[in-house]
Amino acid sequence: MKTTILAAILLAGASSSAIAATRQVDAGPDAQTRLQEALILSQPGDEVVLAAGRFMLDDGLSLDVDGVTLRGAGMDATILDFTGQTGSGEGLLVTSDRVTLRDFAIENPKGDGIKSKGADDIVYQRLRVTWTGGPKETNGAYGLYPVESTGVLIVGSEVSGASDAGIYVGQSKAITVRGNVARHNVAGIEIENSRDAIVESNFVTGNTGGILVFDLPSLPVMGGGNTLVRGNLVAHNTTPNFAPKGNIVAGVPRGTGIMVMANDGVLVEGNILVDNPTAPVMVVAYPMKFDDKTYNPYPRNVVIGENTVDRGGTDPQIDGRNALLAAFGGALPPVMWDGLAQEGTVALRVDPSLGGWSLNLPAQGGGLSGAGAKPGPLSVPAPTTGFALTGVGAPAALEARLVP
Amino acid sequence: MKRHWVLAAALIAAAAATGAAHGPAAPSDAAITGSAFPTMLSEYGFFTDGAAQAPAAGVRAYRLNTPLYSDGAEKLRFVYLPAGARAGTEGEGLLDFPVGSALIKTFAFTESGSRRLIETRVLLHRADGWLALPYLWNAEQTDAKLALAGARVAVTTPAGERIDYRVPNKNQCKECHGLNDAVIPIGPKARNLSTAWLNDFARDGHIAAVPVVARTLPVWEERAEAGVEPAARAYLDVNCAHCHQPGAMASNSGLDLRWEQTSAQALGVMKRPVAAGRGAGNLLFDLVPGKPGESIMVHRMASLEGGVAMPELGKGTVDKEGLAVVERWVAAMAPSGAP
Repeated sequence: MKTTILAAILLAGASSSAIAATRQVDAGPDAQTRLQEALILSQPGDEVVLAAGRFMLDDGLSLDVDGVTLRGAGMDATILDFTGQTGSGEGLLVTSDRVTLRDFAIENPKGDGIKSKGADDIVYQRLRVTWTGGPKETNGAYGLYPVESTGVLIVGSEVSGASDAGIYVGQSKAITVRGNVARHNVAGIEIENSRDAIVESNFVTGNTGGILVFDLPSLPVMGGGNTLVRGNLVAHNTTPNFAPKGNIVAGVPRGTGIMVMANDGVLVEGNILVDNPTAPVMVVAYPMKFDDKTYNPYPRNVVIGENTVDRGGTDPQIDGRNALLAAFGGALPPVMWDGLAQEGTVALRVDPSLGGWSLNLPAQGGGLSGAGAKPGPLSVPAPTTGFALTGVGAPAALEARLVP
Repeated sequence: MKRHWVLAAALIAAAAATGAAHGPAAPSDAAITGSAFPTMLSEYGFFTDGAAQAPAAGVRAYRLNTPLYSDGAEKLRFVYLPAGARAGTEGEGLLDFPVGSALIKTFAFTESGSRRLIETRVLLHRADGWLALPYLWNAEQTDAKLALAGARVAVTTPAGERIDYRVPNKNQCKECHGLNDAVIPIGPKARNLSTAWLNDFARDGHIAAVPVVARTLPVWEERAEAGVEPAARAYLDVNCAHCHQPGAMASNSGLDLRWEQTSAQALGVMKRPVAAGRGAGNLLFDLVPGKPGESIMVHRMASLEGGVAMPELGKGTVDKEGLAVVERWVAAMAPSGAP
């Protein structure tokens, strides 16, 4: 009997040491130090809990412990306010694996909102990143910014005001971006140099361009593709481009709905596209010259399936606009292609229910506003039946970490 | 009588306070290799007199030919190897200090004619890898206390600028010292140490032989004689390359600023930025040969604004001399045939 009790105590002790600790941090004086210390002293499995309130922060925060959950009392209740930030390139930097972030807001970070680098299996749930002054060139670049990671799940979050992309996933794989709101950013959601992504059921509105799927040259991770863009509402993306020149998104025309550039295997279907007056859907090759022999600048195997589109390009921000509108009867068809394809590959297939047109550019590297463009109706094959992407999306284990 | 007692107490207190600055004659190997985070710098025993930065036995001062800029702070660097231990060498790269070693760097500013110690950062080589910890000096300059979350300290730089000097937090140490998921030293590379120092180090048995260095980094104060290209490349190697190289914090930028990098594109010549965001400042390329004013690198070095300023950490003032060297290098570059 006595041994049994002892064993029970030992077991209890063993399990209690395995139970994660919870560290609560309140707003108020010295929040920077108290919160940063909690993040540093946390152990794998711990939860750092942010109380409701406004945390006034003057420097970036960082988390470098695996398996930690950082959660607040809600994206409108717990606010990390970086208006007075004087250092660091982001509000919160995560560099460890299996981290969960949820239910808090970041306001007015000087650079990016939340960056996670080399942070595998990360969950972003119900986070808000807001630049409270609205769209401005002086706002930070990215709201939610996972990069160089495998396993990324971004759900139920809201980003507005980013001077580059609201949600930007770069050089990563196994990605799901679902049910988020991206509003008043230059690019709403951007998947760049990444593979195996699902972008679905997001509300992307009031940006310059809605959803962008890109591959760029001269980066450590290239070869982007195998991405599904499905069931999103992409509406009224008519905000003038406010990105600082030099960024790739500074070249995105106002009124772009979904844009695919230089990717291999992208399926765009079931989206609702409303009031994207340059082009509801745009598929192009990388427009610039480049010096990287490993880079493929062409879109390959891009499929535009059935989507609901209100109308095509009624106010396209491209050269020769008036002549084009006249030629096409007042509005350009919904799908715009630059006409460039890698020899021996099919760049693009489009469902016959959607009309399209092509710039028919003669060669890659001359830009989109192109000399030599010979605009004309689109002539590409229809999607083959049963086309599906496999192995896309974040691992199931990440979904299991979501909290209702 | 009572007055004498008070005086005596005051003297004892003063002695105790000064006593805290005088550590044991030799460093504590247990403090370096244990699992705890010592609360006070004096617990390591790196100094016989902390305020004077007088090293204990076995603690050896060194300097770097081209040092990293830290708002003009004076930096006092020391290395400690446990008794009988010997560092390995990796060509002209980092010396490979064995477990039990420590690198110690104190940051100080001279204000009103006297030196004020601000912080001491230690890198401890423990069995499970290197650990970086920051210690903040007290106002009395008797000891420094662990500051896991970092701190801000009002200082006046040698250039006369009043700044909120940033003591990094423990995680921020890793932002510069991280490579392929491990923490490593940055500074003591054979190519950035003087031959004389390396010779002494070898003579005392701390390395088996002086490593062969093809091209030593120029001594910063003698950069005018070294030539603009080596001076600028040394500056970038020391100030930027710990992040801007494969496997490091800014690897996703595709920019590689290491001394040994030979590709112009990797160094930024006519390279378009990737995730520079508004840091690009309306410019198109990292470096435009002949045109420093059109080069993003120069723009970001000249900025103090969060989200634009480079480096992101450890900078409260623009390094005017470093910026001038990089500007001259870019201005002297032959126009590139790159796209």
